[in-house]
Amino acid sequence: MATGVKPRVRVPKSASAGEAITIKTLISHQMESGQRKDKEGNIIPRSIINRFTVDFDGENVIDVALEPAISTNPYFEFEATVPASGSFVFTWYDDDGDIYTEEKAITVS
Amino acid sequence: MQLTRRDALALGGAALSLAALPMRALAATDMVGEAITAFTGGADVGERGITLTAPEIAENGNTVPIEVDAPGAAAIMVLAAGNPNPDVGTFNFGPLAASQFASTRIRLAGTQDVIAIAKMADGSFVRASQEVKVTIGGCGG
Repeated sequence: MATGVKPRVRVPKSASAGEAITIKTLISHQMESGQRKDKEGNIIPRSIINRFTVDFDGENVIDVALEPAISTNPYFEFEATVPASGSFVFTWYDDDGDIYTEEKAITVS
Repeated sequence: MQLTRRDALALGGAALSLAALPMRALAATDMVGEAITAFTGGADVGERGITLTAPEIAENGNTVPIEVDAPGAAAIMVLAAGNPNPDVGTFNFGPLAASQFASTRIRLAGTQDVIAIAKMADGSFVRASQEVKVTIGGCGG
């Protein structure tokens, strides 16, 4: 069950070539850990995002393997180098097979 | 060896206290060791060159901010030693990562050590750990 999943990404609009820029990402997802129980004592099945990747024009920036211990609404902050104008592609892989993507363009001046 | 009554008592006491150790804690410790071995392949793990930033006290174990920074690392694995499942996540850095730094928020079931292990580009491993005191655990229950 993955309803209302909404990725949010913050990338600077422009940068100078080779500059290290900070990227922040957040995606709304309940990240059900598979440890919790409902009122009847049945275990609520695990439903998490298990992988998150960021690429810039086909080259990898970061590739994260997520486990149930990552909090609800997974947040990541990291730094990337931009060699030229292009766009970042952010991809989240859900346990249920869904893939959420977000794209952000950046201009190198 | 002759077993005196005193020896027998001491042995029995030791066995009892071992058995009384919470099984869950024991199992979790094994899982941490296994996870580390799976990541490092049993290689030696150094101490320098990695920084793990986590709060000393976290009021809410559901969302504990952590930061890992290991210049020159290819990948960083984060473990929570006291969680039912100690794996937290693994960061793999690609060619366009400006630094081997990442920040995220994690769940902690209770007061415990958070461990970060970095795999350096040259194949060596370094680790850092920090204890986080958790007021309200984050695993539901």
